[in-house]
Amino acid sequence: MTNRINRIKEKIGFSILATCLAVVVFIIVVIFSNIIINGYSVINLDFLIKAPTDGMTKGGIMPAIVGTFLVTVITAILSIPLGMGCAIYLNEYAKQNLFTKLIRISIRNLAGVPSIVYGLFGVVLFVQLMNMGTSILAAGFTLSLMTLPMTITASEEALKSIPVSFREGSLALGATKWQAIKTNVLPYAIPGMLTGTILGLSRAAGETAPILFTGAAFYLPHLPKSLLDQFMALPYHLYIMATQHHAISEVRPIAYGTAMVLIALVFAMNLGAIILRYKLRKNRKE
Amino acid sequence: MGSFSNKLSFSKKLKEASIHGCFLVNALLVILVLAGIFALLVWTSFPAFKEISIKEFVFSADWNPTSYVKESYGILSMLVSTLMVTIGALLFAVPIGIGAAAFISDIASNRVREIAKPVIEILASVPSVVIGFIGITLVGPYISKVFNLPDGLNAINGSILLGIMALPTIISLTEEALKSVPKSYAEASLALGATKWQTIIKVRIPAASSGIIAATMLGMGRAIGETMTVLMATGCANAMPTNFTDSVRTMTSAIAIELGEVAYDSTHYYALFAVGLALFLITFAVNLAAELIFNKKQKQ
Repeated sequence: MTNRINRIKEKIGFSILATCLAVVVFIIVVIFSNIIINGYSVINLDFLIKAPTDGMTKGGIMPAIVGTFLVTVITAILSIPLGMGCAIYLNEYAKQNLFTKLIRISIRNLAGVPSIVYGLFGVVLFVQLMNMGTSILAAGFTLSLMTLPMTITASEEALKSIPVSFREGSLALGATKWQAIKTNVLPYAIPGMLTGTILGLSRAAGETAPILFTGAAFYLPHLPKSLLDQFMALPYHLYIMATQHHAISEVRPIAYGTAMVLIALVFAMNLGAIILRYKLRKNRKE
Repeated sequence: MGSFSNKLSFSKKLKEASIHGCFLVNALLVILVLAGIFALLVWTSFPAFKEISIKEFVFSADWNPTSYVKESYGILSMLVSTLMVTIGALLFAVPIGIGAAAFISDIASNRVREIAKPVIEILASVPSVVIGFIGITLVGPYISKVFNLPDGLNAINGSILLGIMALPTIISLTEEALKSVPKSYAEASLALGATKWQTIIKVRIPAASSGIIAATMLGMGRAIGETMTVLMATGCANAMPTNFTDSVRTMTSAIAIELGEVAYDSTHYYALFAVGLALFLITFAVNLAAELIFNKKQKQ
């Protein structure tokens, strides 16, 4: 009797847990289907290669795509070497001491700093103190600091996966430490490091709060001419189209289109990283 | 010959040392950035406290920097708003997250697991501005219908969206915590005649509880600091909220709304940085607590 009750209880319990997962999957399906169904019809070549016209009620989102691309490139140029360098130090050089511990604590805490706080930091340091003004450069610098914890963590994982024997082999042949790292560690670790970095960059490309006050513009009639110009960005454009535009219901389709392009962009970057990772794993097995 | 090789090894040594030094400086940068964020926030919010008493700043619910009569700078209503949406988010994200994680780690077949995990990872990669947009177009109208409100931009909406955003963190970390529970625990429980369900609820989840609490704290830190979703989906009314159907203005959305309109070098400008400093300190404390709980678990 108790056995039967227990079995019924177990069935109910399992179905509750299954429902939890189903709810999560349902939420994801709803979000994506909503954006795709409403965004799909808006997107065509003109939407991608034309600038907004008629007070942003018509036309495309090309300047926002270009702006997001430029700011992501700046972010990459800064955060890739800095993140990799820090990871190399932590995995190859650092000893187990207080200093190393302090670095690790800093990285974890940086990962928890709210994105808008990075924005405030960027306003004071890059826009004002370093005289960059509100610009692509200031926004890119701000985003690169934000992605730094992700880049470092991912790069360190990649370095960790390289067997110690790779380093020892090289050192035994008389190579210096840096020579061993350069010839026997980095060539194998860099693809893995890049995978994690791309994921961090995809996060940066979709961020809005850090660029609100460091360079993103409501509307620009022309493309930025230099890195010290303001720029339009996809996430900020979506925010404006969804909440700040004077004719919000009229531009709703454009907002959906922007959301879909943004998701597609983030997705493409993620997919690229995943394919890279998959190929790496396959190569290593061979 | 001997002196030549010595010379070479000296320059080699110098090169090695300088490379080592470069990487060290690079790693130092991380500490510098964290300290720099804190220092610049303190430095920039300092002028605000010449005009505002810390007591007013923390305990007054009246935030009205543009008043003609008397400007006031109390962050209490923002603080309460932030806590409200955060707690609301955790109320539904924690049970669902733990349930989903338990299902994935203990019950699901390999195939379901292989599909579910990347799908949840996808949710983590959706930009917050898109989640906010969903709040406006989808969640808002639904809430206004259910609760019979003129619009659905309120604390409930913010809570739902923040909960959705916290789910991937909670699920993946809870799953990891469950994975790290020794197999012998479950084996002992099953050997004593407990069902698998009893083992999950009474043995595995309690054994993983510190990891689960740490996961919840990290999800909480994320929710407190989230800007775009609450900015777009909570209506941002500047008042003390009394109910979950009220529109709320969190600390993050107050900064996002007002920093763009404020005059540089005004008390209001500095006060917004003070809000940023408060936000930084709160998330710092939450993350630190999560880390301490997590470390305690690993020592055991």
